[in-house]
Amino acid sequence: MPGPLKTVRGIADLVPHGLIVKYVVASVFRVTWGFFLAVLAAVPLGLAAGWYRRAEMALNPILQILRPISPLAWIPIAILWFGVGDLAAVFLIFVGCFLPLLLAVISAVQGVPAVYINAGRNFGLSPIALMRRILFPAIVPRLMTGLRITLGIAWLVVVAAEMIAVNSGLGFLIVDARNAGNRYDLVVAGMVIIGVVGLLLDNAVHSLERASAFRWGFEEKA
Amino acid sequence: MNSLSGTNKLERWLWPILATSLFLLLWRYSVTWSGTKVFPSPGEVERGLAQLVQSGVLYHDIVDSLRRVAIGYLGALCLGIPLGLLFGWYPSLNRIVNPVVQILRPISPIAWIPVAILFFGVGDDAAIFLVFLGAFFPIVVSCVDSVANVPLIYRRAGINFGLTPPHLLARVVFPAALPQILVGLRIALGIGWLVVVAGEMIAVDSGLGFLIIDSRNSGKRYDLVVGAMLLIGVIGLILDLLFRRLETVKPVRWGFRNES
Amino acid sequence: MSASTRPTSATQGPTRNVRIKLRTENVSMIFQREGKALPVLEDIDLEVGDGEFVCLLGPSGCGKSTLLSAMAGFLTPTGGKIRIDGEIVRGPDPRRIFVFQERGVFPWLTVEGNIGFGLSKLSRSERAKRVSYYLQMVGLEGFEKSYPHELSGGMKQRVEVARALAVNPDVMFLDEPFGALDSITRLIMRGELLRIWQAERKTILFVTHDIDEAVQLADRVVVMSARPGRIQQIVPIDISHPRDISSPRYLELRDGILGQIGLAHRL
Ligand SMILES: Nc1ncnc2c1ncn2[C@@H]1O[C@H](COP(=O)(O)OP(=O)(O)O)[C@@H](O)[C@H]1O
Ligand SMILES: [Mg+2]
Repeated sequence: MPGPLKTVRGIADLVPHGLIVKYVVASVFRVTWGFFLAVLAAVPLGLAAGWYRRAEMALNPILQILRPISPLAWIPIAILWFGVGDLAAVFLIFVGCFLPLLLAVISAVQGVPAVYINAGRNFGLSPIALMRRILFPAIVPRLMTGLRITLGIAWLVVVAAEMIAVNSGLGFLIVDARNAGNRYDLVVAGMVIIGVVGLLLDNAVHSLERASAFRWGFEEKA
Repeated sequence: MNSLSGTNKLERWLWPILATSLFLLLWRYSVTWSGTKVFPSPGEVERGLAQLVQSGVLYHDIVDSLRRVAIGYLGALCLGIPLGLLFGWYPSLNRIVNPVVQILRPISPIAWIPVAILFFGVGDDAAIFLVFLGAFFPIVVSCVDSVANVPLIYRRAGINFGLTPPHLLARVVFPAALPQILVGLRIALGIGWLVVVAGEMIAVDSGLGFLIIDSRNSGKRYDLVVGAMLLIGVIGLILDLLFRRLETVKPVRWGFRNES
Repeated sequence: MSASTRPTSATQGPTRNVRIKLRTENVSMIFQREGKALPVLEDIDLEVGDGEFVCLLGPSGCGKSTLLSAMAGFLTPTGGKIRIDGEIVRGPDPRRIFVFQERGVFPWLTVEGNIGFGLSKLSRSERAKRVSYYLQMVGLEGFEKSYPHELSGGMKQRVEVARALAVNPDVMFLDEPFGALDSITRLIMRGELLRIWQAERKTILFVTHDIDEAVQLADRVVVMSARPGRIQQIVPIDISHPRDISSPRYLELRDGILGQIGLAHRL
């Protein structure tokens, strides 16, 4: 097990090859795609399922059973459908993000106070306008929190997926460093980098959360 | 908020059954239409699972996975709750530790596998360690947040009645924070279950996670892969439902009455 | 009452000849907010007699809660001193209980558990006796085992008052205790508070922004100005209980305070 000094030297070893940049970019690239595809699919579906009680009732058992399955358990299927490579990793991140996000959106919609809905109806909004002008803005604060948590999950999944399903990225760096000569200094160096990048991603979404346009939802709590 | 008031009992069963049947039918016929030889139909999955049950393998794998989760999770509880309460209680202490926690938290527990194997070798202990790590940070963070969120008014009332700090923690802050802490513990249990399966795919040679990877590698038995996945989902759901019963215990029910 | 009995001073002191329980001397409070100094209280000089019922009346944000919190020892004033029984207040103390709006009831304890909260040093049977005594005093028999979320706002407020009374404090601070109640419950609660006060003779400091409430309850009404809060006037209410709220004297006093605050009688 390497000390802090060896770890720092390990990080320094990685820099000249440009390997570190390449691997960070590879991981972030996969996360971005998987995450955005999941958002694109989950938000509209969640709005609809949250609004139509019957749809939520119908989907609920399937969602509840799929949710506790580790995204990594999908690896055999990902490889079967997409082969070893970027696409498989993106698919795994999508799987990991889609369900938590969908459930978050559904519960956010169901948590919108009935007064808002009634006020909207009172002004004669059509269902579509109601969704766009009342439901969506009303869930934005909780949606932002859901997005932040989901991005965290995406980052956890990509690293794990890279350890098994592809041969680049920060997860691969860790496995490779161990298998090719027990370079535990590089293993720990990889872990530190993973932690830092994850923290940066989290901070980025956090500052978005605090952006003035969404402020109202968070001030209520104080 | 509800777009339909008064959904009756019949509907509560009708829609889920309808949707699930539709899903199974879709699955079945897309397997037939695509002509895949590898991906199983629902019927094949069922037969595969039955085979595993008869051979007794399944039982052992389930017990192994559950044992690892139980030990790792209990360890995380025993260490995480006191630490979380401590950090929540002394914000200055928390400010010192927080940066470390924030860096460690985004590291996938799976990324610890090389370290786990170095410390514990391939086997049970490595997997338990991973579960522990996966559950530990969410537990600590949720305890810190819950304690910080206890309304000032409760603390003041407690102090007003002359409570000393240990009593204030035990009689006011802890019970006030408990409902929110329980939510964190439930999430941590879910994570523990996610991690054990993932860990078993790499670090040990038994358990439901191993069953998945083994079924694929030795002979592309995708019927067993999908069967094991479904089983993982069902067991995870049961664990979650069991934990939810805690939320109906009297001293914490006040914290959950808004959620149905 | 012996040496500590002192003659009534013109405006600051109690109307009857009683021992001084609480005294604020030139109390001021300046908060720091975003780097700027925000003066909230200025030169508060007040004497409250033992067993007196004093209402602090003033517009929202004038610093009533701040003053009350300082008296209870939750805040330290940035200037001046607060003395109770001649001793400077250094922190909260079970001899002086602060009653928050019903939000201060602990949701994780039953009614019984809440009322007995400050009695953990007593024996079990002693505690049970005290709890049932105060339970009865506030009219909550039959709700011993209920949790606060099963109670109405008025009932929760009773629980909090009973919790305070149970430790037998000599001073009670009430911060807009009935502010969240509907107007009918509020009237009933005022009557009950008076009944309890007459039975137990605690010193009560009662914050309100409701002029009628102040004139109905208090021996003296302390009228405060808008921020920074100062004492604008102290009005003794010389009507005996039970007060007839349509009597000419009541209306005269109320209208006097209304005028003092600068409000006309017509809407
Ligand atoms: N801890 C604090 N820090 C900064 N400003 C405060 C604090 N507490 C109260 N204030 C300010 O002091 C003023 C008086 O508050 P408060 O005593 O609660 O008024 P009241 O109870 O009369 O409505 C308000 O403007 C409030 O914003
Ligand atoms: Mg106030």
